[in-house]
Amino acid sequence: MRAVCWNGPTDMRVETVPDPEILNRKDVIIKITSAAICGSDLHLYDGYIPTMKKGDIMGHEFMGEVVEAGPEVRNLKAGDRIVVPFCIGCGQCWFCQKELWSLCDNSNPNAVIAEKMFGHSPAGLFGYSHLTGGYAGGQAEYTRVPFADVNGFKVPDGMADEQVLFLGDIFPTGFMAAENANIQPGDTVAVWGCGPVSQFAIQSAWMLGAGRVIAIDRFPERLLLAQTWGRAEVIDYEEVDSVIDTLRDMTGGFGPDCCIDGVGMEAHGTTMDAKYDRAKQALRMETDRPHVLREAIMACRKGGTLSIPGVYGGFVDKIPMGAAFNKGLTFKMGQTHVHRYVRPLLERIEKGEIDPTRVITHRMGLDDAPEGYKTFRDKEDNCIKIVLKPHGNGHAHHHHHDHGRMEGQRDHGHSQKGRGDDQETM
Amino acid sequence: MREAVGTRSYPQGTETYVYEEVDLYLPEEESESSLLQKVGQAAMIVSGAALVALAARRAWPSGSQTAQRLTERTSEALAPAPIETAVTIGKPKAELYAFWRRFENLPQFMRHVEEVTDLGGGRSHWVGKSPLGFKVEWDAEIVDEREGESISWSSLPGSQVHNTGTVTFEDSPNGRGTVVRATMEVGSVNPVGQAVGKALSSVTEQQVREDLRRFKHLMETGEIPTIDGQPAGARHLINIRNPF
Repeated sequence: MRAVCWNGPTDMRVETVPDPEILNRKDVIIKITSAAICGSDLHLYDGYIPTMKKGDIMGHEFMGEVVEAGPEVRNLKAGDRIVVPFCIGCGQCWFCQKELWSLCDNSNPNAVIAEKMFGHSPAGLFGYSHLTGGYAGGQAEYTRVPFADVNGFKVPDGMADEQVLFLGDIFPTGFMAAENANIQPGDTVAVWGCGPVSQFAIQSAWMLGAGRVIAIDRFPERLLLAQTWGRAEVIDYEEVDSVIDTLRDMTGGFGPDCCIDGVGMEAHGTTMDAKYDRAKQALRMETDRPHVLREAIMACRKGGTLSIPGVYGGFVDKIPMGAAFNKGLTFKMGQTHVHRYVRPLLERIEKGEIDPTRVITHRMGLDDAPEGYKTFRDKEDNCIKIVLKPHGNGHAHHHHHDHGRMEGQRDHGHSQKGRGDDQETM
Repeated sequence: MREAVGTRSYPQGTETYVYEEVDLYLPEEESESSLLQKVGQAAMIVSGAALVALAARRAWPSGSQTAQRLTERTSEALAPAPIETAVTIGKPKAELYAFWRRFENLPQFMRHVEEVTDLGGGRSHWVGKSPLGFKVEWDAEIVDEREGESISWSSLPGSQVHNTGTVTFEDSPNGRGTVVRATMEVGSVNPVGQAVGKALSSVTEQQVREDLRRFKHLMETGEIPTIDGQPAGARHLINIRNPF
């Protein structure tokens, strides 16, 4: 089959690899009908997540059709269409039983490595480094899904792939971000970054009773989407002297009640600390650039909550812990417990409460994925979200290179001005 | 992770060792010294066939008097620290005890044990998985046992691997299942010298912890997670750059 393989920083290649096989009795093999490139894939693309190996198959946001089921799979059979959470749960351990799915004790075959780095191992993840299991991802024609009864969510007939694809990651991630922000009715929620996860966090903040949403980014198309689809007030951080002062002024001195860092480890900023981070990360003296985290701590109202869906991988520097402590902030964070949210959010989509396809700007075949990564990373061509169609229009079959390029919503003919080396996304 | 096999030469012969190899990708070119550090880390961090390696050395032709002497000399210097590790498993202790007590089951989660035969009367025969066909075998007997609570064993005289240990099964105090605790002493039959012996004993501790983790996986889910056999694109042919 064909698969998008990591070959080093900024070096994705579409390679021919063996088809996946059932390795454990609760596995299924699915034929991927749609896969997305996630903002967090860009951390791998840029080489900031350790324990990647040349040849690793990318992709943790995908869905498809079951083509083969292991002998102990009870609830799925060939032909079922499923969407798959990016984190792999076993369904049996203490953490899965508590619905802390991304902390599953039994799905990471490389738990020993994660323990060295984090003290304890989180769940295995698809296509996200060997630290979290080294599972082959879904930016491929086929993939294997372990503990399939737990990790395969059937999709109702009549729902298009693109309506449900993001239930595997970014919609639940945005929703959990809003939930973690402890929004009380009427609260002001500030969201850093207007990438896909933040867009869903904005949508979810309204669902959970926010009175006001303020979104911060610098790319016009992203700010525009936050304004139009997300009904958010927006701050272009390149246009203001200080995001912190701007937020303070906008909230009559209080500061936002709830702050969501939808950016994570590769934040950009115009302030001194952001430049310090870039230099330090470039010298490998710091793994993460926590500019947004610092800004959110300083901006958040006293006693407020900081929710962090943006990915952090290692060590951060110069965190104003004194501010966090003396203002009595609450921090909530972590990889999303996707399984918790799939069904409730699916219902919201079915009821028409939200149209997840609004974030999609590009659709392409697998062969264009390496270029897609670059486009997405550099925010070229107004790119917000890319959906890959590994089997072209869906009628291709095994082992053929039928990657018909789908028409994007936007005109690909005109390219935006160079966006430099910027990577503000989630 | 994959297993890699290497060899080391000693005056008495050649030893084969196995380690699991994982790339750590760091974008900048590494200096030689950091590379060496990582090789060192890799050796420290990953589990190997430590038990088997110990046994393999023991399995040198008995005519090798040098080896014998070294063994005797270093065995005193090498007071091995007992290995102790624990895991909580979300199953009743009776079930876990019963599975463990059926020694034939142990190779399902003990990565470096190939076969265990119950000889009856509390005695068992163990065959270790050994690289390059070294056959490593030993007999053990139960020295103390409390039904549903604990099993203590010791290898019998003449074994290629000397080890004693206890595994206990206690109800978790906060209702999270069963705390399984393993205490083991391995080796002291080791001609390599104190420093290496020390390093190996830390590797062995990691190995016991990994075996307990696989026991948990198997008991809670009925399987052990794996990626062995899954597809990947072209790997590095020789993984010099990223030995960790």
